[in-house]
Amino acid sequence: MIEEVGTTETGDLVINVGPQHPSTHGVLHLVITLNGETIKKVEPHLGYIHRSIEKMCESLSYRQFIYVTSRMDYLSSHINNHGCALCVEKGMQIEVPARARVIRVLMDELTRLASHQLWWGAMAMDIGALTPFFHAFREREAINDIMEETCGARLTMNYMVPGGVMADLHPNFQKRVIEFIRFFRTKIDEYDELVTGNIIFKSRMQGVGYLSPEDAVSYGCTGPTARGSGVSCDIRKLYPYEVYGQLDFQEVTATGGDCFARYKVRMQEMRQSISIIEQLIDNIPKGEFQAKTKAVLKLPKGEFYSRVETARGEFGVYIISEGGTTPYRIKFRSPGFSNLSALDHMARGHKIGDLVAIMGTLDLVIPDIDR
Amino acid sequence: MDVSTQNTDNKPFPGEVHPTAGGGILVTKLDEVIGWARSNSLWPLVFGTSCCAIEMMSTAGAKYDWSRFGFEVARATPRQADVIIIAGTIVNKMAPVLKRLYDQMADPKYVIAMGACATSGGPFFYNTYSVVKGADHVIPVDVYVAGCPPRPEALLHALISLQEKIRRGPA
Amino acid sequence: MTKEELKVTLEQLLPSPAFEEGAEWTTVVIDPAGWEGTARKLRSAEGLKFDYLFCVTAIDWKTHITMVYHLTSTVYRHTVVVKATLDRANPVIGTVSDIWRTAEFHEREAFDLFGVEFKGHPDLRRLFLTDDWKGWPLRKDYEDPVNMIKL
Repeated sequence: MIEEVGTTETGDLVINVGPQHPSTHGVLHLVITLNGETIKKVEPHLGYIHRSIEKMCESLSYRQFIYVTSRMDYLSSHINNHGCALCVEKGMQIEVPARARVIRVLMDELTRLASHQLWWGAMAMDIGALTPFFHAFREREAINDIMEETCGARLTMNYMVPGGVMADLHPNFQKRVIEFIRFFRTKIDEYDELVTGNIIFKSRMQGVGYLSPEDAVSYGCTGPTARGSGVSCDIRKLYPYEVYGQLDFQEVTATGGDCFARYKVRMQEMRQSISIIEQLIDNIPKGEFQAKTKAVLKLPKGEFYSRVETARGEFGVYIISEGGTTPYRIKFRSPGFSNLSALDHMARGHKIGDLVAIMGTLDLVIPDIDR
Repeated sequence: MDVSTQNTDNKPFPGEVHPTAGGGILVTKLDEVIGWARSNSLWPLVFGTSCCAIEMMSTAGAKYDWSRFGFEVARATPRQADVIIIAGTIVNKMAPVLKRLYDQMADPKYVIAMGACATSGGPFFYNTYSVVKGADHVIPVDVYVAGCPPRPEALLHALISLQEKIRRGPA
Repeated sequence: MTKEELKVTLEQLLPSPAFEEGAEWTTVVIDPAGWEGTARKLRSAEGLKFDYLFCVTAIDWKTHITMVYHLTSTVYRHTVVVKATLDRANPVIGTVSDIWRTAEFHEREAFDLFGVEFKGHPDLRRLFLTDDWKGWPLRKDYEDPVNMIKL
C-alpha cells in the first residue's frame, strides 16, 4: 500500500486518503496524484471490507441469505432485503398478499428517508457544518424507534421474508408514522433554509464534479447520482414493483450534473417519499401479512433477476439456481460499485476539498461496494 | 457477571478531603487519582468499518450522547486518541492497517471490540475466506460488546465498564 | 422492442447466435472470440442502442466458465442478456471497457474472483483481495483450510 506513496518523475505528489479517514464514509482507500493541490488522478483501492458475501451465500438457504444483505448497504437494509425476497418470490411464483405489499413499501420509504437524512448530516459534516449532523440523527432516531416497535431492531432488521413480512405491524405504527410525517414536513423546509441557501455551501457545491449524461450512462451510474445529470433511471417508475405502479409520485431529475444538482435531487426525493407515505398510511389493506410457503424453499433450475431502487440506486439480485435448497451462484449488483467508477472522471482538475464534496454527493457506502 | 456490581464504592472522587486552614489536604492513592482522571477523559478514534459505525454515530448523536461521559472529542488521528472502538468487521486486507493504527497510539491505550464481527467474526464466521474471526487476533481487546449491531445503550455500557476498569487500576 | 422483435433483429445482426429459451429477457449466447465486434454493434446499431451495461457476472460451471452481460437501452428501454462460454483452464475474453466505461471495475472483479483474463483491459489486477493472494476464491474448487471454516 504505502510503497506507492511518494513523488513521481514529473514531481507530482502521490498521497493516501484512507482507509481510516473521517470523510471516506467507510474504508475506502484512495491514492491521489496531485500537482500542488490540484488532483490529476484518483485511484480507488477497494477490498478493505470484502467479506466474501457471495461465496458465503452459496451455502446458505433461501431464507437465510436475506440477513446478509442487510449488512451490505446497511442504510437501506429494508430495501436490500426486499430485493432478495422479490427474487425468491419470482423464482417460486409466490403471490404476496396486498397487506404485505403495502407494508413493504411503507418500510422502504421510511428507510429511504432515514438514509437520506444520514447522507445529509454526514455530507454537511464533511463540508464543515457540524450542526446538521445532530439534526439528522434526531430524525433517524424517530424513524428507528418506529421500526424497532414493529421489526425488533434499529439498523439491520430482517423483516422481509419470501412471501411477505415476518410479523404484523404494531398497533401504534400508523399513529406514530402520521405524527412523524407531520413533524418532518416542517423540518425539511427548515433544513432547506439552513443548508441549501447557505452561501458557503453553495459556493462549495456549485460547479464541482460535473458528470455529463452520456458519461453517467457509460459509467453505469444509477440513483440520484445519475438523476442529477438528467438520466431518468428510477426503478420505481421504469419497472414498477409492489404497489409503486398505482401511486402518484414523481421521478426527480435535475440537469445541472454537478454536486449541487445531486444534492437537490436527494432533498426533493425526501419530499416525494413523504408524499408516498401519506398516500399509503391511511389505506393499509386488511388481510394476511405473509403468504403460506413451504418450510424449505427450493427454487427451480434457472436464473432470476430482480431489481429495486435503494437510496443509492439500482440494487439487483441475480440468482442462478440448480434446483437445490441453496443458490448455485448469487450476484449482487450494487449501486455504489458503478457510482464509484465515475469518481476519477469527476474529480480531475479539482482540489482535495472538492473531492470530499464529490464523495459526499455520491453517497457511497463501502460495504455495499466491496460486498 | 456485571462489571458495575464489582465496583460498589461509588465515590465520585477518590480519596478523603480534610479541610484545614489554607485550603485542605487530600489523602488518596496516586493510582486512584490518575485512574479517575484518565477514565473521565477518553478520546475515541474515528474508526468504523461497517454497520456498527452507524450505531456508534448514533451514540455520538444527541439522543444517546456519549460526550456526557467524556468521549466528546473524537480524533481522526491515532496519535491523539486514547481508545479505539473497533466498529465493524475486520478483513484480512484491513488487519495490517488496524495494527498500524494501534501501534501509532500512545500509551495508555484501550480497545473496545464493538459488535459480533469484531468479537468473533460474527455472521461472517462460516465459509468466508477473507474475514478475520475476531479483532483480538490482531490487537489485544479490553471490552467486548455483543450485538449485531449493539444498541447505543450497550455501547455506553461498554464505555462505562471500560471507565471502571481503568479506575480499578492495573490488576 | 419486444422479446421476439429483438430476437429477429439480433439474428440478422450477429454471426450465428444461439438463443436460450425460457428466460425473462432475450438471452443470446455468442462466441467469445468475436465479442468485441458484437459489443460495438450492440452499442451503436440503430434500433438497438444498448448503452447501459448494468451487470457483469461470471459463473463457474465446473467444466466451463460463463460470462453473463446484462445490457439495457436508455433510449428504447429494452434489455438483452449476452452469454459467452469460456474454457475453464484458460478463460480469456476481450474487454469492453472502452465501449462501456463501467466494465473496467466489473472486469477487474471477475478477474479477481474467477481468474478470467480480459484482453486489452487497461489495468487488469486484483480489486478486492491483496495483490499476493493465491487462487481464485469464487471458483467451486477453491480450498482454503486456513481461513474458511466449514459448517
